[in-house]
Amino acid sequence: MSDARTDTPSITERIRPVAAGGAVVAVHFLGDEAAFVLGEESLLFWRDGAERRVAVHGGGILAAASDGRRVVTGGDDGKVVAIDAKGAPETIATDAKRRWVDRVAVTADAVAWACGKQAFVLPSKSKDKAARSIELPSSVGGLAFAPKGFRLAIAHYNGATLWFPNAPDAKPEFLEWKGSHLDVTFSPDGRFLVTAMQEAMLHGWRLVDGKHMRMSGYATKVRSLTWGPGAKWLATSGATQLVVWPFAGKDGPMGKAPKVLSPGEQRISAVAAHPKQEVCAVGYEDGMMLLTRVEDGAEVLARPGAKSPISALAWNEAGNRLAFGTEDGEAGVISL
Amino acid sequence: MSDKIPVTVLTGYLGAGKTTLLNRILSEPHGQKFAVIVNEFGEIGIDNDLVVGADEEVFEMNNGCICCTVRGDLIRIIDGLMRRKGKFDAIIVETTGLADPAPVAQTFFVDENVGQKAKLDAVVTVADAKYLKDRLRDAPEAKNQIAFADVILLNKTDLVSEPDLREVEARIRGINPYATLHRTQRCAIPLPEVLGRNAFDLDRILDIEPSFLEEGNGHDHHHDHDHGHDHDHDHDHDHGGLKHYHDEHMQSFSVRTDKPLDPDKFFPWIQNLVAQEGPKILRCKGILAFKNDPERFVFQGVHMILDGDHQRPWKDGEERLSRAVFIGRDMPEEMIREGFAGCVAKA
Repeated sequence: MSDARTDTPSITERIRPVAAGGAVVAVHFLGDEAAFVLGEESLLFWRDGAERRVAVHGGGILAAASDGRRVVTGGDDGKVVAIDAKGAPETIATDAKRRWVDRVAVTADAVAWACGKQAFVLPSKSKDKAARSIELPSSVGGLAFAPKGFRLAIAHYNGATLWFPNAPDAKPEFLEWKGSHLDVTFSPDGRFLVTAMQEAMLHGWRLVDGKHMRMSGYATKVRSLTWGPGAKWLATSGATQLVVWPFAGKDGPMGKAPKVLSPGEQRISAVAAHPKQEVCAVGYEDGMMLLTRVEDGAEVLARPGAKSPISALAWNEAGNRLAFGTEDGEAGVISL
Repeated sequence: MSDKIPVTVLTGYLGAGKTTLLNRILSEPHGQKFAVIVNEFGEIGIDNDLVVGADEEVFEMNNGCICCTVRGDLIRIIDGLMRRKGKFDAIIVETTGLADPAPVAQTFFVDENVGQKAKLDAVVTVADAKYLKDRLRDAPEAKNQIAFADVILLNKTDLVSEPDLREVEARIRGINPYATLHRTQRCAIPLPEVLGRNAFDLDRILDIEPSFLEEGNGHDHHHDHDHGHDHDHDHDHDHGGLKHYHDEHMQSFSVRTDKPLDPDKFFPWIQNLVAQEGPKILRCKGILAFKNDPERFVFQGVHMILDGDHQRPWKDGEERLSRAVFIGRDMPEEMIREGFAGCVAKA
């Protein structure tokens, strides 16, 4: 069953379909070119109908991240690969034991990745190309660079660790919260750290004083999180409605209820906030996509429901192109 | 029920022969492709395209259920393996010799993403014919592995005499009479006996009604407990020459009825039962006939976690029996029997 949304204004005719040819696990824009990260082996670059495939891994691609200039991927071949707009892949690291690289993060200054209980950072300016590493108490669930300062947040079982790779003598800060933390994100203003948990909830810390925020009520695990412009809100997947937590005030969402928008018949599987406007692109498990205005919940139908869940969603930096992909390998780019 | 990828879990105490069985599965010309999740990655030679090293990270879930533990590493690995859908037909998980099978099994019921994509096919336990008796005495893990099993390979039978084999088989039956038991040497076994067991096992298991579980046969149970030093936690009695052991703490029993069940009675009852007694119930499973329901309903559970689904339509002429087995420690058997009987639908 899919939502008809027959009365909703529609831009569905603007979709330019892209034949991904395999599950799309992530998508990122490098300039105006969309880089679709496929479940196995390759990236598909697409711009206005011109496409090229670039092989990056000898197997499954387990993780991908981008800083807008390059896409970094981790694979089940134990490799970390970076690829820029010119499309030349560079192998940044190969795990000696060929362990899975299933978490990655990237900024202009460094690349981070994780194999099991170890997290690694390689600064871009590193002359010896030797990565620094840290051992965690359990497997790494998520990695995120702080927006300012050279600091890496690492989610794991029973909390998150904040690590300064440039200060080997400084003891990493440990933020404790019982349970398994599977993803982590800093608010773009650097004031809050939020993790997604195994238990269908988010946990957050206000970094200045370590105050806790519990954000619960989801139907399933939250696998997609996106910060609105100016870090005013955090929108999430994991329910049949778009759940938007307020982060504008100094207390963030503490003691406040989230906004719930755009109810669908299926759960939301991917979200991507517009880079400039108070709008969020929302992808559902039946393949439907909406553009939802966060202020009043006004909707535009971007893609009608089909079959396969939306698994990847991203805006370009200018906010006039939206790329999406599904688990079944359907993909497309919408120009606004 | 679905196109979910079947998962076979290989357990067994240290040295019983798990790796031998694994290599046998992988090397035989069966045309199937496996993804294999092993421990101690790299230490044993496994010739397979898709081999993943696992950390056996057991996590507690924050859901108020103390016995609800999952394998966090398995959740990640299965999620990652699904990137390569089409490259394999089945998953085999090899656990370490000291592993408790419960978190592995619970992972498939508790994690929604895993449960959507994969299903537990069978727990296969390899037991050492020579040393199992000792391990049942001194290693609680070994007992759990036997209790959890759907299929048991009593391996290295060439190292043991026939009377000793019968003895160890009786011990296994005392803990888990419902598993399919095979005698093997070097884990030589036709693969269909360990893989793709799902529905077959459930049907077969539920047809077994071990004689010693029947009550009121007039025979005397001489429970001769010598709770002194160096005592054996088992006792035995004879039924016409066949030895039967009752394990003092681990029991199993089955319930059945030919009257259709009322789902509005059964589900609240079983949910309440596992919520109350879950820590004692290692495993439960059953096939159910609900009133006015043309399909068989199958369920299985581990501790407090339950999973169930319609399996297939009842066939013409097939007897619509509802049957369930419970394997656990110190379970309130009478209460469970009465509760189950109370789920029969009004005529």
